[in-house]
Amino acid sequence: MPIKLTVNGSPQTFDGDPTQPLLWYLRDDLGLTGTKFGCGIAACGACTVHLNGTSVQSCVTPMMAAANMKVTTIEGLSAKGDHPVQKAWAAANVPQCGYCQSGQMMAASALIKKKGKPTDADVDEAMSLVICRCGCYPRIREAIMIAAGMMPATSTTGGR
Amino acid sequence: MATTEKSLERRDFLSKLAQTGLVIAIGTTSVRRLEAADRLSRGLLASPDGAWQPSVYLRIADDGAVTIICHRSEMGQGIRTGMAMVIADELGCDYNAITLEQGLGDNKYGSQNTDGSTSMRNGAYDTMRLAGATARVLLEASAAAEWGVDASSVSTKNGVVSHAASGRSLPFGKLVARARTLPVPAKPALKSESQFTMIGKMVPGIDLMNVLTGKAIYGQDAKMPGMKIAVILHPPVYGSKVESFDASAALKVKGVEQVIEIPGTPPPSAFFPLGGVAVIASSTWAAIQGREKLKVKWSASPNDSYDSVAYRKELEGSVRAEGKTVRNLGDAPAALGGKKVEAEYYAPHLAHAPMEPPAAVASVKGDKCEAWACTQNPQAARDTIAGYLKLKPENVDVHVTLLGGAFGRKSKPDYVVEAAFLSQKIGTPVKVVWTREDDLGVGYPHTVSMQRLEATMDAGGKITAWRHRIASPPIPSIFAPGQEYHSDDELALGVLDMPYEIPNVRVEVGKAPAHVRIGWFRSVSNVPQAFAIASFMDELAHAAGKDPLEFLMQSLGPDRILDMNATGALKPVGNYGAKWEDHPNDTSRHKRVLQAVAREAGWGRKLPKGEGLGIAVHRSFLTYVASVVHVKVSPKGKVTIPRVDIAMDCGYAVHPDRVRSQCEGAVIMSLSNAMTSELSFKNGRAVQTNFNAYKVVRMAQAPRVIKVHIINSGGPMGGVGEPGVPPVAPAFANAIFAATGKRLRTLPIGDQLAKA
Repeated sequence: MPIKLTVNGSPQTFDGDPTQPLLWYLRDDLGLTGTKFGCGIAACGACTVHLNGTSVQSCVTPMMAAANMKVTTIEGLSAKGDHPVQKAWAAANVPQCGYCQSGQMMAASALIKKKGKPTDADVDEAMSLVICRCGCYPRIREAIMIAAGMMPATSTTGGR
Repeated sequence: MATTEKSLERRDFLSKLAQTGLVIAIGTTSVRRLEAADRLSRGLLASPDGAWQPSVYLRIADDGAVTIICHRSEMGQGIRTGMAMVIADELGCDYNAITLEQGLGDNKYGSQNTDGSTSMRNGAYDTMRLAGATARVLLEASAAAEWGVDASSVSTKNGVVSHAASGRSLPFGKLVARARTLPVPAKPALKSESQFTMIGKMVPGIDLMNVLTGKAIYGQDAKMPGMKIAVILHPPVYGSKVESFDASAALKVKGVEQVIEIPGTPPPSAFFPLGGVAVIASSTWAAIQGREKLKVKWSASPNDSYDSVAYRKELEGSVRAEGKTVRNLGDAPAALGGKKVEAEYYAPHLAHAPMEPPAAVASVKGDKCEAWACTQNPQAARDTIAGYLKLKPENVDVHVTLLGGAFGRKSKPDYVVEAAFLSQKIGTPVKVVWTREDDLGVGYPHTVSMQRLEATMDAGGKITAWRHRIASPPIPSIFAPGQEYHSDDELALGVLDMPYEIPNVRVEVGKAPAHVRIGWFRSVSNVPQAFAIASFMDELAHAAGKDPLEFLMQSLGPDRILDMNATGALKPVGNYGAKWEDHPNDTSRHKRVLQAVAREAGWGRKLPKGEGLGIAVHRSFLTYVASVVHVKVSPKGKVTIPRVDIAMDCGYAVHPDRVRSQCEGAVIMSLSNAMTSELSFKNGRAVQTNFNAYKVVRMAQAPRVIKVHIINSGGPMGGVGEPGVPPVAPAFANAIFAATGKRLRTLPIGDQLAKA
């Protein structure tokens, strides 16, 4: 039975190995390379996407778990790159190498959607799933506060 | 001075590749400058699109469009943005209108090796200023000729040359036709730095929007038409090779097309592939699954018994006996006595663990190769491919993608060579994908280090004698056999150039044979060496009953330039590829960063029980950095970090916001080194092969606040990417001591403070 799913609003059909991780379907089959490979065991969060609005690690999400679900990747987070999280990320000039930032923004947008105004503890819990080896954490925390409307985009905590 | 233009920088380890039969072009600063000047004076090569090309780094089209070529790799340090800022300022064009191209690996750019914190100080700043000034001078001369006025009476701004007296102006596009006929000046006049309007400002990164929308292309994302994906089972132990293998089960995996052996390179294997068995498939997932099904018999290796617990004991033995003296000032052994303080420090192997595991795609057709890779060093990739496949280097094109972190790992191009080898074998383009298990299991770990420090002080707390023994497997061991002592190049990273005023200093190195491919990691041996020295200084301060800041200031002695001929070092001491007269070791700059960070962090303030401040200072990559770490240790031994202050004097900050973010990242990487990260080996194999075991700092453990203090001292430009790392780990350990009275001499701290 082919698996039907929606990716960034487009209906898709998949008739390959149902145990294949969603990550490789997105990257290899659909060419949506904004979702990154970092560990393959849900230990780094670089591959974080939304499944029906909730953040999941696509590297361990088998295709069968995405059946009849809505998948959102960084490419589908907003049409013009102007989701509040993307705008906040720009305001805080968060990225260094940028590789983990798709996962960071997907995790952050799901967090804000769920909590509205996340506490420090909420941020610690949700965002500790996504590693940034460049060390952008203070700016990510700040950008989440900006995106959640808890801090003006001109304010800073990172020493700037 | 007999030192150091050529001999003592990391990239020059490349020269040792010559010993393995492969000649690598080395771009020293002087060679690069000569080359660039030569090309300028000859009016350069034809531009591919017919645009005017007043420099190898710059083209201006007939419509005035400005394209710059970034010859260094972007790995998060912001060089692509920085280069565009420098050109925009020196040329006088609109930053937002610049098109940036990433340069192929090509000697015409001079060194492209993006390491040693050189991109701006040695790669972009002078080069891009020269390129921008050349074009500006010629455009201004063209406008002046057009108007019949003196060239000194015109000026350039936002892509337009203007004559203020007459109010006339012409855009670049109207001037290119004439400018391209003019002779290229050898020494165009540069603007004064006070005329810059971009440099020193915060600028959105050139790749920012692509990153934010998932469009940025890294090595793992690169594609070539018709490519196959390869995942490789590498020998788990350094020096082991494939004895036999059974691919029958792997070949049954849907999507797996071929299984191919890659010949190994016996140690020292330099940048060449380790060998192994490659599974070639139509998709990454199929290749990963196919690899799981391979059955490989590996040959025995002399490194089969490598065990980090036993090796530590071996290194302890090395530093507890007299070693080979490399620095001998006065008579330290005789002067050590009386109230002697001694301590031993251990720092384990570290993995770079960039978030993007290495990856490359290559296509070999006949005697030509084209590759796309997340490489820090496209020239080394080109030359190593050429050497391995017996191609001419000029027939190998290496394109550079964005790098998803690198930290030194991606200056070794073994994975690019693997892709080229496999493409040559199967006749289609091949993308090699390293998994995290490859990255951590068979990478180029940072050295492991055991150090023993001994010192004697007089009644006033002045250090009178100092002995530093180091046993740490050296980087040169990947290039040549018999390299078993920490090298002079690595000792120049904090040990031979140790700045404290001490009359009797002895540095000895002990035997430390390598059992893995030792590679350079962000800040290299500054990491363990600053940890030991700055921790020991704190121990001495407490032994002397002095405040650690006061003790550091006192021990640095009077403001002075260190006489590098009078250190007692047996050979000339390296200075990160720079001359000591250009970049002296200045104690006043050590003191200035210390005082700044202490002031900003509120050094000396009273803290509640279980909290503490620690301080450390270290010069590396020609830049001075001091840090104060504030820790909080719970009764159960859980450590949190409310705040870190870091002060950097890199002379001159081109893009201050990026200097800040590099410092923030350095703080966090150094805290990973101090708190969580250890790559250990058992039976020759890496124990930690994914992020569940190789622990790095995550959001919850990160400092709540990092305050970066940039000191624009006006000194000569130093590096930025690496020098933030070394002082933070010892400042952290010193803070733990202040908070708990427990001295941490083994990294990472792991659960050393945990109480049941």
